This record gives sequence, structure tokens and C-alpha cells, in this order.
Amino acid sequence: MKILKRTDQNMYKIVRKKELNSSVTLMEVEAPFVARKAKAGQFIIFRIDEMGERVPLTIAGYDREAGTVTIIFQKVGFSTNALGALNEGDYIHDFVGPLGKPTPVEGKKKVCVVGGGVGCAIALPSAAAFKEAGAEVTVIVGFRSKDIVILEDEFKAVADRMILMTDDGTYGRHGLVTQPLQELLEAGEQFDEVLAIGPVPMMKFVCKTTEPFGVHTSVSLNPIMIDGTGMCGGCRVTVGGETKFACVDGPEFDGHKVDFAELMSRNGTYRDREAQVKETHTCRMEAMGKALIK
Amino acid sequence: MANMSLKKVPMPEQDPKVRARNFQEVTLGYTAEQAVEEANRCLSCKNPKCVEGCPVNVRIPEFIKKVQEGDFKAAYEIITSTNALPALSGRVCPQETQCEARCVRGIKGEPVAIGRLERFVADWYRENVNAMPTKPEGSGIKVAVVGSGPAGMTCASDLAGMGYAVSMFEALHTAGGVLVYGIPEFRLPKAIVANEITKLQAQGVEVMTNMVIGRVLTIDELFEMGYKAVFVGSGAGLPMFMNIPGESLKGVMSANEYLTRTNLMKAYNDQADTPVIRSKAVAVVGGGNVAMDAARCAMRLGADNVYVVYRRGEAEMPARLEEQHHAKEEGIEFKTLCNPVEILGDENGRVKAIKCIRMELGEPDASGRRRPVEVPGSEFELDVDTVIMSLGTSPNPLIRSTTPGLDTNRKGCLIVDENEMTTRQGVFAGGDAVTGAATVILAMGAGKKGAAAIHKFLQENK
Repeated sequence: MKILKRTDQNMYKIVRKKELNSSVTLMEVEAPFVARKAKAGQFIIFRIDEMGERVPLTIAGYDREAGTVTIIFQKVGFSTNALGALNEGDYIHDFVGPLGKPTPVEGKKKVCVVGGGVGCAIALPSAAAFKEAGAEVTVIVGFRSKDIVILEDEFKAVADRMILMTDDGTYGRHGLVTQPLQELLEAGEQFDEVLAIGPVPMMKFVCKTTEPFGVHTSVSLNPIMIDGTGMCGGCRVTVGGETKFACVDGPEFDGHKVDFAELMSRNGTYRDREAQVKETHTCRMEAMGKALIK
Repeated sequence: MANMSLKKVPMPEQDPKVRARNFQEVTLGYTAEQAVEEANRCLSCKNPKCVEGCPVNVRIPEFIKKVQEGDFKAAYEIITSTNALPALSGRVCPQETQCEARCVRGIKGEPVAIGRLERFVADWYRENVNAMPTKPEGSGIKVAVVGSGPAGMTCASDLAGMGYAVSMFEALHTAGGVLVYGIPEFRLPKAIVANEITKLQAQGVEVMTNMVIGRVLTIDELFEMGYKAVFVGSGAGLPMFMNIPGESLKGVMSANEYLTRTNLMKAYNDQADTPVIRSKAVAVVGGGNVAMDAARCAMRLGADNVYVVYRRGEAEMPARLEEQHHAKEEGIEFKTLCNPVEILGDENGRVKAIKCIRMELGEPDASGRRRPVEVPGSEFELDVDTVIMSLGTSPNPLIRSTTPGLDTNRKGCLIVDENEMTTRQGVFAGGDAVTGAATVILAMGAGKKGAAAIHKFLQENK
């Protein structure tokens, strides 16, 4: 095996940045060790600087030759905003992965991949992996409105059938992703697998939709996580009455067995503090942003 | 002039009321005068039992002799001839059950304060000399060390000293393993760990962080990359929970999570981005050193009431006496012979209380300790907003599940032979990954044995 030349220890260069919509950003990051092993469904953890938190992001793509990994993220909290403020040529302090188990794509003939909002970014590589493994792939993606639609062309390129929904009807079909899914299932569509990736309520309702039809449904969970290597137990979720760790046992689980109510509640553990931080830290963020513009 | 005092020279420490609210080191260490005075209590036994009690066989009477003479540099060199990390072991070793337990002075009175002297010598050296080791000439044969905790650091240091080209892989963003993520700043300042890592690098060890072996690279790939032997010191693993109702409420977490947030992620510092719950009342479940660390962190993070809930009696607590003593001084309340049965939440899914049942001690169990039995009808509630589970860990599956032929025991711990070699040729292991959760010094001992075994293996398999 060729011995990899490692980039600067702990410094991972952003080689491409693209704003996909007003709040969602794509970045390609130089991380050859991650790119070498990454598979659809796995995630990375980044840390912006010495005082930064460890934030998990599912891998949106990779280029093994170029040694780069693509991440697509929504600027929702302090760290994702700080990451979004970086530009091409800047460095991310830490970028570790691939973590978690890949999407099991082998042996599936007919699958439906359901993506919601920024979750589409990570549904895309799984859809592509299913396609590559020989499955017929139906893609259902949903967005709140036309102006935040992302990756439409990319999905079309891998999907045998593509249905795009918007909540407000400004683009594609009007309605939620569960509607066409319900229709397809009622029409007798036999999926071996449904994979849902998006906001927790969306994944929960996709599972409710498929359950009466007995279709195996996987969901990709993104609980609060720190180390991501099976050490802290912060990412524990209850699946079929058992405690599982999303970082080593997941992040994908049998959606019909996941305790979604508990997941939603636990994800809110630090919400109060986050809101407070957002208020008090605006200045630091703005300052960072301004400094970068200069 | 022998000092025949029956008591150790006391070590200065921060006032309990003050230290319970800060993260600075609790014990301040001996001055040179105090160290010499304490060293003079050592009788320089011809047949020193203390050395036998030390997992890395520090030449104790010899280094203490040098302290008596005021030659601290020579004392340091004697210690480091067998122990690469004295500043760490001097602080966190359970000396009371090891070297000091065998000291003749302990028969009548207190044993010689070997740990405090070791720490003094290491600190003195760091503050006054701190010469960086040089990279020795050697074969340059590549050896991989997986994990940068006490086992990995010791193994890497010994191998580098023998001239091997060592790469040490760490999964997290900072090297040091449990010394960095687990043991709090007030017991082991992180600057000391960082200094030891810098010394390793000066010895020529390549320290690679963000490398989760088992995911980023497998053990087999390490061999393909030209490493001729691998030492696995990957540590303990996944935290255990009790499986009682309410464990998923907001405010329940493992000690690993609480300590990682506080120590590794520096959540005690307002400048850090990682949050930690600032609790008012905390129940820590468990009675080990990790439980003490978590409880004492909770106090320092501003809690008014911190309880340690333990199902056996105080005499059965596995935590070091010194840690128990420090915790109590800092205002932590021990609820022994109590076992949680349920965690109660409020309407927002946050912890509001923990329901416990009183226990009494019955017949001894397999561990030889008297088995706690519930007292029927004795349930009571403690009002707390945070519950920290400190019940031990089960081994991490990442390496064993990605390395064919690497066998583990029923509990998932790696199986090694008398030479620390696993069931895979050329793969050695030591520390918590082999023993399950144990102490820093045992891991260091295993790292040392591992390095010697790897050297022997590579000599025989040229």
C-alpha cells in the first residue's frame, strides 16, 4: 500500500466552498485519511479551533484521488456559523473520520431514499451508493420552499425516479414527503428498504408511513455527541428497548424501533444555553466574519 | 540524620473551601526542605519491599537517598531509568496499596511518602532542568502504538529509547488519553501531560492525533504501511448504565461524558464552546476514583449539593482513600448503602430527583466483598437536577471488530499471553483494553512490558 503523505498535522484545508442556499454551505476539505476510507452514511467530527466544540457532520461526498471530503451543513449554531465564516484556503483545526457504520447497500433491489431539507445532503451519497450497488432508486426530497432547494440535479443523476416536494408548493409538488411515499406504497410498490434522512419529526413520520406496509426503514440519527468514538455515551439512543450508541452502533438504525420522543427531548438538553450563547456571542461571530472579509 | 517522626511531612494543599470552587491543583507539592525532611524518614532498607510493590519497579530507596543528599537531578535520573512518567504517577498512583503499603516505616506510624517524593523530584526537574531527551540512534524499525494514554505513552517512550521509529496514534484531538479527557485538571494539570508528550516527540515519537484506529486505518493496514509490530493501548471504552427508568432524561449522563466535557473540552472555562450543565444538585452513582472526580468537578462547576450514591458501604468503596477524603473535605456528601431505582423527571423531561433504596450488606459475593441487599420499603428521594453514572465501562468494539484473528474474552477485553502478545502475531496490547478499567500505573506497567516484549519479538523476527 502506498504510504500516504499526511497534510499538516491537525490542519485541514478548505479547497472549495459553495453556498447552496442562504443557510446551507458546501465545503470540500483536504483530509486524505478520511477520504481514503469514507463511505456513504458515515460521519466526521470537526473542531474549529483550540476552544471549539466537537461537531459531527455526515459525509456528503469524497474524492479518494484528490484526498478531499465534502461536507454540507446548515448554519444553525455557533460552531456551524463559525465554520461557515471560513473561506477557501482557510484551515479547520480538526477533522476526524470516517466514523460510524456505512449505509448497508448490498443486496437491495428496490429502495426509496427520503431526504428532508439539509438532510438531503447526506441522503445523496447513500442514494448514489444504492444505485452503484445495483438497486433501483426512488428519491423523495422535501424542502420548506423553492429558495432552499439543494442538489436537485445531483439527485436526478442518481435516481431512477425523483419526486421533489415543497411545504408551501412554490416548487415541485405541494406537500410533505410522506404523501408520495404513502401513495407509492398504497399503489403496491415493493421497496426492500426505505432510508429516511432529515429532521427528526420527518424521519418519525416516514417510519409511521411505512410501518403498516412492513417495509424495513432506516433512519440516520444525529444525537448530541462529543468524542464520536464510543467513549462518552452522550449519543445514546433507545432502539428496540436497548441502549445504543449512535457513534459506534449507528448512525443508522431501524426506524421502527427508535424512540423518537426520547431523541427529540435529549437533543434539547443544551437548547437554553445555546440560545443564550447565540445572543452573547454575536459580537465574536460578527468580528470573525468581518476579519475574514478583510 | 534519620527523621524518626511517625507521620509523613504534610503536603501543603489548597483550603478545601477555596479549592472546591476552582480547577487549580489541590495539592501543592513539597518544597525542597520538606522533601529532604521526608526523605530522611527512609531507612534505606537493604532488602527494600517498596520496590516489589511498584508495578514499574522504581528504585525507590536509591532515589530517596539522592533526595536526602539534595541531588534532585540524580534522583530524577534514577526514577526515569524505570518510570518514564514520574510527574504523573507521583500524582495519581495508589501508593497506599503499592509501594507505601510495603514500607517498614508503615508498621508503626505512616510509611514514607514515596508518591509525594516522586512527584517532588519530577516537578523539580521540570521546573529547573527540563532537558528534552534526544532522539537515540537505532534500527529505525517502525512500530505503531495505538492510543496515547498511560500505556501507550510508556510503551512509545521505551521503544523510542531503544531506537525504534515509533508512531503513536490518538483518536481524539489531544494526546494523553484518560490523563487528558478523564482525570481533572485539579488532580493532574494538563500542562504536565503536554510536557510529557513534547518529550516523547523530542525522543522521535511521531504523535498523530485524530486517528481512530479501526476506522481511519485498521491494524492490518498498519502492517501494510511498514509497521513491524503494533501495541494496542486503546483504553477502557463504552460507559455502562443501570437500565433503570428515567436514564434518558435530560441531565443524566455518564461520568465519561461529564469529565470529557469538563476536562478535554474545557467546559469549565467560559471561553470554551462546549457546554456542560451547571447543576445545582448532583447525584454521582458509583464509588470509584472516576466517581470522585465527577463529584468534585460538579462542586467546582458551582453545584450547591453533590451526593455520591454507592450501593455498598464506605469501607468497600474502590476509590482511593485520599480521593474520598478530599471529596468529603470539599463538601461532597456520601450516601452509602443506597442504590438508585429510578430517576424522576419534570414536565420538560429534565431530571428533578433520584429515587434510591437503602441497602444492607449480606454474605460475601464472588468479588469477596459483602453483597448489598435491598431493605424493603426503604425508598427515598434525593432532589437533584443532574445524575452522573459512574459504573465502569465495557471495552470499545472498534479495534476487535475490524481486526480478524484478534480474540477477546467474554467481557470483550483483548486476550494477551505472558508476553503481552495478543492472538495476532506481532500485535501486543496492554492497559485497560486488556484488563478492563484499572489504574494509570498498571497501564504504565503494561506499556513497559509491551515495549520489552516487542523488542524481543523484533529481535527474534528480523
